[in-house]
Amino acid sequence: MKERYSRQILFSPIGEKGQQKLSEKHVLLIGAGALGTSNAEMLARAGVGKITVVDRDYVEWSNLQRQQLFTERDAVERIPKAVAAAHRLREINSEINISGEIMDVSVQEIEELVEGVDIMIDATDNFETRMLLNDASQKYKVPWVYGACTGSYGLSYTIVPGQTPCFSCLLGAVPMGGETCDTVGIISPAVQIVAAYQAAEALKLLVEDYKSLRRNLFYFDIWQNQQSTIKVEKLKKDDCPSCGQASTYPNLDPVNLSRTAVLCGRDTVQIRPANKKKRNLDELSDRLQAVEGGKVEGNTFLLNLTIEGRRLVAFQDGRVLIHGTKDISEAKTLYNRYIGG
Amino acid sequence: MKLFINGEEMIVPDNVTNVEKLLDYFNLNNKAGIVERNQVIVDRSLHAEESVTNEDRIEIVHFVGGG
Ligand SMILES: [Zn+2]
Repeated sequence: MKERYSRQILFSPIGEKGQQKLSEKHVLLIGAGALGTSNAEMLARAGVGKITVVDRDYVEWSNLQRQQLFTERDAVERIPKAVAAAHRLREINSEINISGEIMDVSVQEIEELVEGVDIMIDATDNFETRMLLNDASQKYKVPWVYGACTGSYGLSYTIVPGQTPCFSCLLGAVPMGGETCDTVGIISPAVQIVAAYQAAEALKLLVEDYKSLRRNLFYFDIWQNQQSTIKVEKLKKDDCPSCGQASTYPNLDPVNLSRTAVLCGRDTVQIRPANKKKRNLDELSDRLQAVEGGKVEGNTFLLNLTIEGRRLVAFQDGRVLIHGTKDISEAKTLYNRYIGG
Repeated sequence: MKLFINGEEMIVPDNVTNVEKLLDYFNLNNKAGIVERNQVIVDRSLHAEESVTNEDRIEIVHFVGGG
């Protein structure tokens, strides 16, 4: 057991004490895409006691180029990322506690997930979820490590409640649209650099070596051979609604969150029903088999209906992804027509 | 005019006289980001007032959503 972590224990800032601390900590990873799988593998190998990986999507062929925990089989079978990641992580380290949650993280979910967690790692693909993480971090005093990348560019920053500016302070306003991995692409080395910075900061936080935290915003372009940092402490706003004196955590107010989202440049709309109840996929499957011109496939976790040149994927947690359109009203029509309620 | 942008020496046209015009020049004006001029962060509301002069050291970082 000790042999396994011997090289990390030899590293004096961690040592025996740090290793013990790691084994007692719980990391929440939001997102099991490129950043999520890379962070998860490093932290699982490092012996973090409990890792929870949350993701709303399933594995596709276009993920395999950089999302290191997944295999071709996962893509063929459309295994939910949270399930495939947890499976692989357990193969890597059976001595730690790993939990994979198939869910779309919104207010209610984050409030439940954050309980008992020591740090959160941002491996999401959108700003809305990051703002949610940000406010949950402030409200429950849990640090989080921002990370993002597109193309050959990436950046990272560690947010410690009560010490650093929060993400809202840094960002000003939430940007609309912008570059995504699906519009400008992404190369794996850019992912790995961001993930390495995030995981290193996570280790510092987990072994409680706070003075070694980076404290500045790091960014790079690995193709253009640029890298730099900015000191951002001055951006902390006293009147910030998320981290200021009279914080109201606006991003945890459901009024400010959408139920329907166009997914990160994927030509896909996600619909999240207002009433949260488990969807009976067997019942739905029986019903859809009867639909003329439709093709129904599925696995334990999701059901896939191909019809009218579109593809609808229904999850147990109630969500439905409508592939092949960015048009929310068309997506809603298809949802109401075939899934209903 | 010669600037050091993200540590790299670059020549930009002389009509790039302030931070706003510089961001326009790089097509970065509608992105969320932070600009630092000679190691001081430029307030977002003051990009048009903050002039850019020869040999300035500028850092431009923009936030992206991918991951
Ligand atoms: Zn703030």
